[in-house]
Amino acid sequence: MPMRGRVWKFGDNIDTDVIIPARYLVTIDPQELAQHVMEDIDPEFAAKVRPGDIIVAGRNFGCGSSREHAPIAIKAAGVQAVVAESFARIFFRNAINIGLPVVEAPDAVRETETGDELEIDTENGIVRNLRTGKTYKATQYDEFIQHIIRAGGLLNAVRERIQARKAAEAGQ
Amino acid sequence: MGMTMAEKILARAAGRSRVEPGEIVEVAVDLVMTNDITAPLSIAEFKKLGVERVFDPKKVVFVPDHFVPAKDIKAAEQSKIMREFALEQNAIYFEIGRAGIEHVVLPEHGLTRPGMVIIGADSHTCTYGAFNAFATGMGSTDIAAAMATGTTWMRVPPTIKFVYTGTLPPFVTGKDLILYTIGQIGVDGALYACMEFTGPVIDELPMDDRITMANMAIEAGAKTGIFACDDKTREWLAKVTTEPYEPVDSDPDARYAQVIEFDVSNLRPLVALPHLPSNVQPADEVRDLPIDQVVIGSCTNGRLSDLRIAAEILKGRQVHPRVRCIVIPGSQEVAKQAAKEGLVDIFLEAGAVFSVSTCGPCLGGYMGVLAKGERCVSTTNRNFRGRMGHRESEVILASPAVAAASAVLGRVASPFELN
Ligand code: SF4
Repeated sequence: MPMRGRVWKFGDNIDTDVIIPARYLVTIDPQELAQHVMEDIDPEFAAKVRPGDIIVAGRNFGCGSSREHAPIAIKAAGVQAVVAESFARIFFRNAINIGLPVVEAPDAVRETETGDELEIDTENGIVRNLRTGKTYKATQYDEFIQHIIRAGGLLNAVRERIQARKAAEAGQ
Repeated sequence: MGMTMAEKILARAAGRSRVEPGEIVEVAVDLVMTNDITAPLSIAEFKKLGVERVFDPKKVVFVPDHFVPAKDIKAAEQSKIMREFALEQNAIYFEIGRAGIEHVVLPEHGLTRPGMVIIGADSHTCTYGAFNAFATGMGSTDIAAAMATGTTWMRVPPTIKFVYTGTLPPFVTGKDLILYTIGQIGVDGALYACMEFTGPVIDELPMDDRITMANMAIEAGAKTGIFACDDKTREWLAKVTTEPYEPVDSDPDARYAQVIEFDVSNLRPLVALPHLPSNVQPADEVRDLPIDQVVIGSCTNGRLSDLRIAAEILKGRQVHPRVRCIVIPGSQEVAKQAAKEGLVDIFLEAGAVFSVSTCGPCLGGYMGVLAKGERCVSTTNRNFRGRMGHRESEVILASPAVAAASAVLGRVASPFELN
């Protein structure tokens, strides 16, 4: 099922310090983190963002620290997906692991603005801008990453494996 | 076709004869680390996996360093979760007063050795590439999975080879080399790649400077940075460990995504201006930029040699009346040595603060948070907006030499500007 959402657009090199400043990292409560999401780049963002919205950004989104609190804050704020020209690698991994869809679609990013509505089909790697009617290709995930997404995140994928191993050991 | 050292380490850890850049492999990990910020989340996720024990307590490390000694009640609670779990699991745990910043402490204890695969829930885990290890940062969930299984998945990165030639001018350090490199290629110039640091300048470069360079590979977007193992590496290791290790070297016909050569003979001490580590300029070209604070420390430049350079400059001089200068040893060991060598006296006499070992101000935690409009020269690795405090404060990255000179002159300055 494709998802639809209203766009908030950001620039290049949005780092984890502006996504969730370190001064708030004294908790792992997603709701508490969500109250400060994007605070150091747009102090109003947490108040403006609505469930189902989509973040669109330029190159190297999520660069900086390994804090998983960053994708967690974005997801807990109700953001459905992040579309970027490219992602910093730790952020990308973290987002996949916790089940926040991250979509690499450089052309779509360049022609999308705040307030636009996007339709994203992660399965087939397609992004559509409903304002302009234009359709864009997104980078396809490889099989391994799709497996994690299908399992609903890394934890589920690993738990399945651990249980399979336990069952195999018990059966011997 | 030959392989790079990064490829060789991953191939070995995957039980394969070779791996190709771009492919995803499952590798055994030799060391898994978390800190007081990332551990509580890792532990919470670990507990959901239905396993009782970590895969090998001798390969799982916990280091409280970011907000310790606890800066407030919430930080204390987070540290407590980690401490209790570490003790219950009998894992390696470094308590404050006997430890310090993770990336300073682990090498000091010989835990980071050539040929290892090391992952940590901290982006600067890439620091250990200085020891010819494949080391990279991940998030808490990845670390939870690795703590349970002893394995993780990796996409084999393409390797970019950097060759440094020429001779290093005075006061030009590993920090300047890496700032220069990031300035040239940009903050995503090595995105997802491995940076291999080589060349005659690197052969001569002390371990501490190599550590600083590997530390900031992430600031170019890299998955890791790596150095060959040579006599300097072996000398360091001989002092701290008797464990065996198996170094790797890149084959002469290894495949590189790119080879970039820099002649560094004319390099001058550099700074990275706000708000990106790639915003690099020679320190002496930054004219009359007044500062409020100087921080000398962190996993980037908080080792003994860093403190020695800073002390050399501050000796017999005074920190500028308008400046707060905060010196933070990277570990208890560094603090002890600094005291023994009289460096602490020099800092105190100069009017600087000498702190306990902590990440503290590096991430705007405590011990030197910036107010609105304030500007700091710091030997840390990130100058992102709001990194050290208010979103309208500024961080300028530099080596300890530039930081100390700036502390004296009250503005961004090169050490050559002191008389
Ligand atoms: S000193 Fe700074 S960069 Fe290093 S581990 Fe601590 S917070 Fe991170």
